[in-house]
Parts: sequence; structure tokens; C-alpha cells
Amino acid sequence: MRPGDRIFQNLTTGAGIFVVALIGLIGIFLLIQAIPALKADKANFLTNHGWSTNDPANMSFGILDLLEVTVATSVVALIIAMPVSLGIALFLTQYAPKKLARPFAYVIDLLAAVPSIIFGLWGILVFAPAIEPFAQWINETFSWFPLLAPGNVAPSVRGTIFTAGIVLAVMILPIITSLSREVFERTPTPHIEGALALGATRWEVIRTTVLPFGKAGYVGASMLGLGRALGETIALAVILLIPQGKNFDWSLFDGGATFASKIAANYSEFNNEVSAGAYIAAGLVLFVLTFVVNFFARSIIGKKGD
Amino acid sequence: MSTTSLEAPATTPAFQQVSLARKVKNGLATTLVWLSFLIAVVPLVWVLYTVIAYGIKRIPYSNWWSQDFGDVLSDEVGGGVLHAIVGTLLQGLVCAIIAVPIGMLVAIYLVEYGRNGKLAKATTFMVDILSGVPSIVAALFIYALWITTLGLPRSGFAVSLALVLLMIPVVVRSSEEMLRIVPDDLREASYALGVPKWKTIMKIVLPTAMSGIVGGIMMALARVMGETAPLLVLVGYSAYTNWDIFKGEQAALPLLMNNERVSNPMDPGSVGFDRIWGAALTLVIIIALINLLATVFARLVAPKKK
Repeated sequence: MRPGDRIFQNLTTGAGIFVVALIGLIGIFLLIQAIPALKADKANFLTNHGWSTNDPANMSFGILDLLEVTVATSVVALIIAMPVSLGIALFLTQYAPKKLARPFAYVIDLLAAVPSIIFGLWGILVFAPAIEPFAQWINETFSWFPLLAPGNVAPSVRGTIFTAGIVLAVMILPIITSLSREVFERTPTPHIEGALALGATRWEVIRTTVLPFGKAGYVGASMLGLGRALGETIALAVILLIPQGKNFDWSLFDGGATFASKIAANYSEFNNEVSAGAYIAAGLVLFVLTFVVNFFARSIIGKKGD
Repeated sequence: MSTTSLEAPATTPAFQQVSLARKVKNGLATTLVWLSFLIAVVPLVWVLYTVIAYGIKRIPYSNWWSQDFGDVLSDEVGGGVLHAIVGTLLQGLVCAIIAVPIGMLVAIYLVEYGRNGKLAKATTFMVDILSGVPSIVAALFIYALWITTLGLPRSGFAVSLALVLLMIPVVVRSSEEMLRIVPDDLREASYALGVPKWKTIMKIVLPTAMSGIVGGIMMALARVMGETAPLLVLVGYSAYTNWDIFKGEQAALPLLMNNERVSNPMDPGSVGFDRIWGAALTLVIIIALINLLATVFARLVAPKKK
């Protein structure tokens, strides 16, 4: 092999190895920085609700509340985004006129290009006041149902998981849509033509060919959306109100903080290494969480792709 | 006599009539699918309308583009966002300088050298996982590496490093796609002439794919410029223009928006409110300009069709 070739091949291979190593490095560095804080933690890191890290000598923090709020917002977002994304993906692949399908897809992709802080500010300053009457109505009418009971951030119903979940749903729509669309597009044409030849209506064609073929891909895409939702930071930090001294109580009208929004909202504590360690520990949990979700999502999609 | 047989088929087709129930189901599905597309368009239009309608107030003034907020009180009308534009562009540029070569080398490795080997598969998988790493986790990693372990100060450069982690997967993915569609005939023709492999890649494959690659890079750049989480953790906000990316506090548009949100009351029409939406519109304009530039540039470097 010529020297130029050898150098170039090693360079590109090195870049590949670097990327593979990067994920490991992220985990290792977060772990190293988290350990001193975890040792100084006076409470159980996994089961404690409270989070008190102001005094580095006397820290007591746990992730249970963060975990609950993170899961709650992400699940709300997913429940809204999944059917809508399915609808859009079907619209773009099966319904939209061929000439318009591409521009329409571009319009949906534009949603992904909007910076998340703009979504956050729009969510709390414009969207939340607009749906407040609706939120209030649901809250009052169905308050007997635990999930819709009055929340812990009285009196307003703006900075709640309800609002945050809807905004988050909008933010994860494009990723679920674009991946589902790619899968649906690959439905074998003979299947579709076969169904049409048997006299199936448009919906029957979709139900009998497109959906069975694309189901795994759609589930994988939704999990990727879930991964995005779990890690979304600034939009949630802007929208969610943090209640004073109250825990998350499994109502959609509760406020609270997710892993990511908690870290982002308390950046001022990063001038102290030990306090910062507590947040890094929370970040490590978030990293593991998103890693697992993305891992499974990619495995599902990868299997279907071959 | 035989004309009658031409008017009606010998036997009635099996699916001549579509039953009412099937028609209704089909109609319902069509409506729902169209509706879901409209549901996704509403927030997009709403967000863009908000940004433009609220943001337009300050940006037509020349001092918005030529001054900073350094000597302007937080509740005083006046000043501009030059400091934040400088920070956003500098951090984005430095990030691109680091992320683009690494990302392209990885893409070249995957397409030209890896070819379904074990390392190539691991790399592809890790790039996918990396694209799912939340921006706050990337920020914490750089904090743990750059600030705690190496003891270096917070700076715009630390932000750039965190953005590199977020930009690499996007660059790899889009470049890989573009390199793959370069026809093998081109490579083989070059080898046949005795051109070494690395020269073939640099002089034949890359220029052919360049227009698409540039497009992908610009998209990735626009995305990381809107990130907020790394800015919170890795650099402090300054209302003065700071051209030094390695030293001191440095503003950026998303950071400025967050800072105004925290330090000013958010009543519509107040100074802080106007600044936030002015900065949001400025950010959207910059992102749009970068995308436009990418399109124009891609057209210029595209291989000539005769």
C-alpha cells in the first residue's frame, strides 16, 4: 500500500474509533465526577424525593421526583405525538398528492429546526395562556380523577406537565414522522397493488399492507421520540413551574422538574465542584436512560432495515 | 345481437359495490389523516407568527445590529444584540471547524473503508446513539472533562466543544448518505487510471458529493446554534461584546433570551419581552440565512450536468 493511502486509511479509521470511544468516555467522565457527590449524599440517591445541594458539606438529594416528572412529561408527549405522527406519515406517503408530498414533509421538518428555547418561550408566554381556560375546565370537571386533580403549583394552571407535555409532543413530532414515513414508503408496491386489485378501499389498503409492514419501524421511531423527550432541556426548564417544598403527586396539573430541566435551571450551583457533582450524577442517570431507550429503538429499526 | 354482451360483463365483479360501512371507515380514516397533518401545521405557523409579530418591533433599528446591551439598563429601551450575534457565530464557527473534519472522516471511513466490517457496524451504531445524547448531557461531559478534570476556565470554546458532540452525528449521517450515492463507476474509472485510493476519494468522490455534504453541514450548524443547555453550564452571560472565545463570559442569542427571561418580568410589551422575541427573530433570521447560503453554495459546487 502506498504511504498516502496508509495515512489516509488510518486517519479515517481513527475517526471511527474516536466516535465509538466517545460514548464510553462520556459515561466514564460523568461517573468519576458523580462519585464524590454520591458519597457525600446523606439521603438515598435513588429513592429520595428532595433535592438539597446548596450546602456542599451537608447535601441530601435523590432523583425519585426528577424521574417521575421526566417519565410523566415524556409519556404525555408520546401519547399525543404517536397518533398524530402516524397520521402525518400516512398522509405524506399515502394521501398527499405526489407533487406536494415533498414540500409538505419539508414543512413538518421545519418544526425540528425551531430552536427549543423558542418553543419553551412560546409555550409559557403564548400557548399556556391560550389554553388556560381549557386546562382549567378539564381540571375542574375531572378533578375526581387522580391524574387530573388540582396540582401542586397553585393557583395557575400554566407551568404544568399538561402544558409541557403538549409542547414536548410538538417538538418530537418531526422525528417520529420522518422515520415512520421512511418505513411506510418502503412498503412493497405489489402488496399495495394486490390489495387494490381485490377492491380494497384506501383505508383497507393501509390497514392490510402499509401498517403491518411498517409497525416495527413506527414503534422504533416512537421510541426515538421518547428518547428525545426524556432529554429535552431548555423548553421544559422554561415551561415547568417548580413547586416549593412539595413533591410530584401524579397529577398532570403538577409542576416539577425533569432531570434535564433541573440541571439547566440550577446552573448557578456549578461554581462548586461537589454540588456540581450531584447534578452530574443526575445527568448520568439521564444518559443511561436515553442510552437504553435509543439502544432499543435503533435495534428495532435496524432489524427492519435489512 | 352480440352488442348486449359488450354492455355488461358476463359475471358481476366481486367488489362491485363498496358497502356503506367500508365507505364510512374509509372516509373517517381520510379525515383523520388530513386532520393530523393540519394539527402539526398549527403550532408551526403559530410559533413563527409569534416570533415575527413580537420580534419585528426592535430589529428594524440599526442599533439592534450594531450595539450590545453593555451600557443599557435591563429595563431601558435601546441597545442591541451584537454581542450575542458575535458569540453565536464564533461558537458555531469553532464548533464547525472541529466537528466537520471528524464527521467527514468518519463518513469516509464508513463508506470507503469500513464496508460492513465489525468496526464500521459499531461506529454506525454509536453515531446513532450519539445523536440521541441530550444536549445537557453533552454539556455535563465537557464540564467534567474541560473544567473539572483539566481545570480550564468556562468559555465560549467549552461551549463549542459540547456543540461538537451534538454536531458530529448529524454531519456523519448526511455525509455518509451523500457519499453512498456516488456511483462506483467513478471510483473504478479512477483506479483504472492508476490513481491511489486516497486521491480518488479526495479528488473524485468528495467533489461529486460535495453539494449534498455542504447542505447537511449547514443544517447541522443551524441546529447547534439554537442550543441553549451547553451555554448555561459552560459559559456565563455578558452584556458586552467579547471577541475572545477562550476567555471570559460570552453571550449567545439563546443565552441572551434565557437571561432576559430570568431577570425581567415577562409582561407583553415590556422591555424584556421585546428583547426576547427580537433575539428569537434574529436567531431565526440567522438560521434561515445559513440555510439559504447552503443552498446557493451547493448549487455552485454541484457537478455540472453537461
